[in-house]
Amino acid sequence: MKEIVAIIRPNKLDEVKDALEKIGCHGITVTEVKGRGRQLGITESYRGSDYRIDMLPKTRLEIVVSDEDLETVIQAIVETAQTGDIGDGKIFISSVEDVVRIRTGERGEKAI
Amino acid sequence: MDPVLNSGDTAWLLISTALVMLMTVPGLALFYGGLTKKVNVLNTMFMSLIAFAITSIIWVLYGYQFAFGEDMLFGIIGNPANLLFSGIGVDQLSTLATTVPETVFIAFQMTFAAITVALISGAVVERMKISSWMVFIAAWVSLVYVPIAHWVWGGGFLAQLGALDFAGGTVVHINSGVAALALILLLGKRKDTKLLPHQLGYSIIGAGLLWFGWFGFNAGSALTAGGLAGQAFINTNTAAAAAMISWIIIDYLKTGKPTVLGAISGAIAGLVAITPAAGFVTVQAAVIIGLVTSVVSYFAISYLKPKLGYDDALDVVGIHGMSGLWGALATGLFAAPFVNELGTGLFYGNPGQLLTQIIAVVVVAAYSFVATLVIGKIIDIVMGLRVEDKEEIEGLDITQHEETGYRI
Repeated sequence: MKEIVAIIRPNKLDEVKDALEKIGCHGITVTEVKGRGRQLGITESYRGSDYRIDMLPKTRLEIVVSDEDLETVIQAIVETAQTGDIGDGKIFISSVEDVVRIRTGERGEKAI
Repeated sequence: MDPVLNSGDTAWLLISTALVMLMTVPGLALFYGGLTKKVNVLNTMFMSLIAFAITSIIWVLYGYQFAFGEDMLFGIIGNPANLLFSGIGVDQLSTLATTVPETVFIAFQMTFAAITVALISGAVVERMKISSWMVFIAAWVSLVYVPIAHWVWGGGFLAQLGALDFAGGTVVHINSGVAALALILLLGKRKDTKLLPHQLGYSIIGAGLLWFGWFGFNAGSALTAGGLAGQAFINTNTAAAAAMISWIIIDYLKTGKPTVLGAISGAIAGLVAITPAAGFVTVQAAVIIGLVTSVVSYFAISYLKPKLGYDDALDVVGIHGMSGLWGALATGLFAAPFVNELGTGLFYGNPGQLLTQIIAVVVVAAYSFVATLVIGKIIDIVMGLRVEDKEEIEGLDITQHEETGYRI
């Protein structure tokens, strides 16, 4: 099992969610976060003074999938969240040791 | 002929009073509140609210009496004959607005005193102790606003000299701008001097309420419901619109994009500049006054402020001080005798009026600056003006009020 953490543009959330739904991936946790990567920030101008806003709002998705679904899910996220401009975000993948469904106590892949 | 009450004038002045009240509560509170950091939003708004309350009480107890009582001591102060509001009859007519009850004139003038001190708060936000601010309000209204209002409006020596100030370019805007400068010199810079509005939407609502209320401020200052009020009304709106457009043009030239903060800043600058001139100039002159004033304030904010290094947080000096200065001088240039027989400016053959305006500006600015420095310094010695460093970082909402503006 793998955990996918994807940092994407906030305005891409709906598209990504729909794409995941289409491939049968329903479980998702979403948080609004701030951060920076290569984009480094944008410039805003107030009364003639320019300021670099270096922490930009992003949306963070957490999805746990079975090993076989991993590539399909990653592909769905990349395809929908991509604009080609700096600031599209990143996907981090890590292994998950175990999963527990609290309601039933089920363990492993069937608890995903 | 004995003065007679005019119900039209009285109704208009009552409405104007309520309009000017709206400029401070909540107009100015929202305008300033939106521009600060989100940890200081409540403190910033509170500074305007409490200014209105404290000034209201001072005004009825003794402020009005000293400002507008019969002139004494060679034009320095009014004779406070009706202290604590005693002896002011319900049907008694005002001596300065002869067709309305004195109570109405008192209330109208009260709203001017309140917004003047509230304006200063914009410069000192995000670092001034709230207890010290409240003491400052009481001291400043009593010792700075009241005498200056007497000099210019209450029959004092500047009025006798012939200084023109229709609705408060000198008394309200130059006065508050210069006092703001004195107070920020005592307070020093904030740790973070960036102007990054946390909720520009508040400021847009605030600016809208200010613009709306300004019709009471300027057209109400005609003190009658007639042609002069109409002239002041249309001049006010024209100058605000022209100044918004010229600020936006400067934005385009500087950054290539029109900014929303620029639009509302321009509108306020235009309203400030037309204030002393509203009942003296033509609509054509109002366009010019508005177009020029944004250039003056923009220059002050983006060149003068960084060069001199004072921390005028929300640009009270830059907008109210500088546009107020331009407006006072422009009144001396553009005042047209066919608009108002009381004023003839340089362009209509009376260069002396410009000189009188300069004298009034210099006297008011000098007194306001020195007196504010003294008041501020005394408060600083007795109770301290500035919050602790860690309180400034944590935010003034939680440290001064034990409240936060946002639960999320």
